Amino acid sequence: MMLIRQFEEVADRLCLRGNVPGGMHSSAGQEAVAVGVMSVLEPADVIATTHRSHHHTLAKGMDPKVVMAELFAKSTGCSGGRGASMHLADVEHGHFGGNGIVGAGVGIAMGAALGIQYRNDKKVAVGFVGDGGMNTGRTWEAVNMAVIWNLPFILVVDNNQYAVETFADRVTGGRDLAKRALGFGLPAFNIDGQNIREVRKYVSEARERALNGKGPTFINAVTYRYGGHNVGEKGQYRTKEEVEDWRRHRDPIDTFAATLIHEKQMSEADLITLKESVISQIAEATAFAEQSPEPKISTILDHVDSGRLGLLVK
Amino acid sequence: MTTLENPRIVLPSYSEAFQSGVREEMNRNKDIYILGTDLAERGGHFAQVKGIAQEFGEVRVKDSPISEAAMVAAGVGSAMYGLHPIIDLNFIDFSFGAMDEIINQAAKIRFLFNQPVPLVIRATSGVASGGAQHCNSLESFFAHTPGLSVAVPYRAWDVKGLIKTALRNDDPVIFMMHKKLSGVRGEIGGDEVYVPFGKANSLRSGSDLAIISYGYTLVTALKAAKELEKENISVEVIDLRTLYPLDTDAINSAVQKFGRVIVADEAPLFGSITGEITASATEIGFEHLKGPIIRIGAGRAPISANSNVSEAVIPHVEDFVVAARKVMNY
Repeated sequence: MMLIRQFEEVADRLCLRGNVPGGMHSSAGQEAVAVGVMSVLEPADVIATTHRSHHHTLAKGMDPKVVMAELFAKSTGCSGGRGASMHLADVEHGHFGGNGIVGAGVGIAMGAALGIQYRNDKKVAVGFVGDGGMNTGRTWEAVNMAVIWNLPFILVVDNNQYAVETFADRVTGGRDLAKRALGFGLPAFNIDGQNIREVRKYVSEARERALNGKGPTFINAVTYRYGGHNVGEKGQYRTKEEVEDWRRHRDPIDTFAATLIHEKQMSEADLITLKESVISQIAEATAFAEQSPEPKISTILDHVDSGRLGLLVK
Repeated sequence: MTTLENPRIVLPSYSEAFQSGVREEMNRNKDIYILGTDLAERGGHFAQVKGIAQEFGEVRVKDSPISEAAMVAAGVGSAMYGLHPIIDLNFIDFSFGAMDEIINQAAKIRFLFNQPVPLVIRATSGVASGGAQHCNSLESFFAHTPGLSVAVPYRAWDVKGLIKTALRNDDPVIFMMHKKLSGVRGEIGGDEVYVPFGKANSLRSGSDLAIISYGYTLVTALKAAKELEKENISVEVIDLRTLYPLDTDAINSAVQKFGRVIVADEAPLFGSITGEITASATEIGFEHLKGPIIRIGAGRAPISANSNVSEAVIPHVEDFVVAARKVMNY
C-alpha cells in the first residue's frame, strides 16, 4: 500500500510536469481495495480492471519500473508505450488489462472466468469496476452471465464514490449496490474498502466459493480517492473538509499501520524503514522511465494483426 | 441442386458448409467453442451450427442470453485466456450492442498488449427481407478498423475454407454470411482445404472488363455478365472473398489487364468499401484505365420492409449493363 501511495504521489507530480501523455488517474486513497484483493489471489488468478488501475497493477506484482515506464509511454513499459496509464497489462501473469472504457474490464474478466471453467482450472477471475461502471449496461450483462453459468468470477466495485465529478448516490437508482446485485442472484456485499482485513476476508470467502463451484460474488468496497478524477483537476463537487476527513480518519495505510503497531506486529521504526524503501524504489522506477527509450516510430504497424490470415495454412 | 457428375448427390448448403468447417476444426482443436443465442437445440437461426451441440455437447456450444456486449466480452476474455471462441451474433446488426467490445477491445488488444485475440464473430448480413434494422451493411466499417479482418464469402466452398482458416489463426475475424445465400448449395473442400484471406477468386473469366464484388451482389453480377455476352461484352467477375485483408493485387491486375472496371456491392454508396477499392486502384493504376472505375451500390436510405422497395435500392442486372456500356464507350 505504501509503495502504491508513493508511486501515485510521484507519478502525480511527473504527470503535472508533462511526463505522462494523456494524463493519469491516481488511486491514492484506494490502496486497501487493490492490496486486499491481490493478497488473497494466487499469482495465476486473472484480473481485468479500469482506467484507474495503477494500484491493481502494482499489487498484482508488476515491477514499478515497468509501470512507470508505461505511464511515460516508453518502449520499456508493459505495453511498449502504446497504452500509458489506462492500458497496463501483463496477460501472461493474469493481468488482462486496464481499460479506457467504463465497465469493459468486467466483461473481459467474466470471459476469462469462462475460460477457467472451460479448462477446469483451479483459478478465479476478478473484474474491477468503479461506481461509475455500476450504471452501464455491459456490467450487468456480464454479471448475469457469470450467474447463469456459475463462473469462478468475483466482481469488485472499487467504489470511490465519484464518477468523475458526479456523486454516485445522485445517479444510482436504489443506491444500495449490494441490494441491486442480489437481484441478479449472486451473493453480494457492501464492505469497508478502507479496511484491508475486511477486504481480504470477503475476497477470500468469495474465492473459496468460486473454487468450490459455487459461482460468482459481488463485492462493493467503498473507498475514497484523494485526487481529482484526472491529475490536476480541482473540482467544486466536494468539499475540502470531506477530503480531509477521509485522509485524516479513514486513510487505509495510516489505520492499518496503527493497527499493526498496536498489535505489536510492527514498530514505528519499521514503518520508517518501509517508507524509505518505497521512496527509493519509486525513485529508481522514475529514473528508469526517464532514461528509457521512446518506442521506435518504425514499429507502429507491428502486431496490429497477425499478418498470417493471407497465408495458406500448412 | 445436384452435381453434374452424380445427379443424386445433394451438395451442402452455404450454412452446412459453415457447420462442416466448424465441425472439422472443433475436432482438431478442443479450445474452439461456440457461444450465441438459440444455438444448441435450434442450431442457429440459419441452421449454421445445426447438430453441433448434439455432437460436441453444450459446454462447446453455449446458449447465451441476448446480451451482445457480454457475449463478445466473454469471447474476448476467454480468447485472451487461450480459447478460440466463435461468437454468433445472429444478425450483424446486433453487433451495435457490442461495438465497444469489438472495436475498442477485440480489435485493439493485440496492438496494446501484443496479445492475440483468437476470436470469430459470425453473423448473418446483407440486404433481404427484415427491414431497416436487420439489413445494415457494416462490412466497410469493420474493414476500416485496424485489428479486424472481414470475411464475406459468396460460395459454400469459401464459407468452409475461410472459417477453417479463421480458426487456424489467432485474429479477431468478422465473418459475415449473406442471408440470401444461406440455402444456396455448392461444392465444399475437404478437411485439409483452407481458403486464405486476402485472395480474390475469379468466378468467370472475360476479356473486356472486370466486375469486382463480393457476397450476394455476385449473383447479380454473374447474371449481368451473361446478359452482356449478347452485346459482345466479355466480363470477368471477381469475388473478393475477404475485405480485410483485401486482395489489392487482384484489383490492380484487373485494372492493368482490362482498363475497365466496375466495383459493386449493396451497401449505401457513400463511404462504402467500393470507394476505397476505386480510389486505391485509381492511384496505382491510373495510366491503365480506359475510363473511370464505375461504382454500383445502394442509395442513401435504410432498407425498407417492402421487398419491392428494398430490391429496388440494391444493384440490378440493368445497373451493371448500363455501367458496362458506359465504360466500354470511353
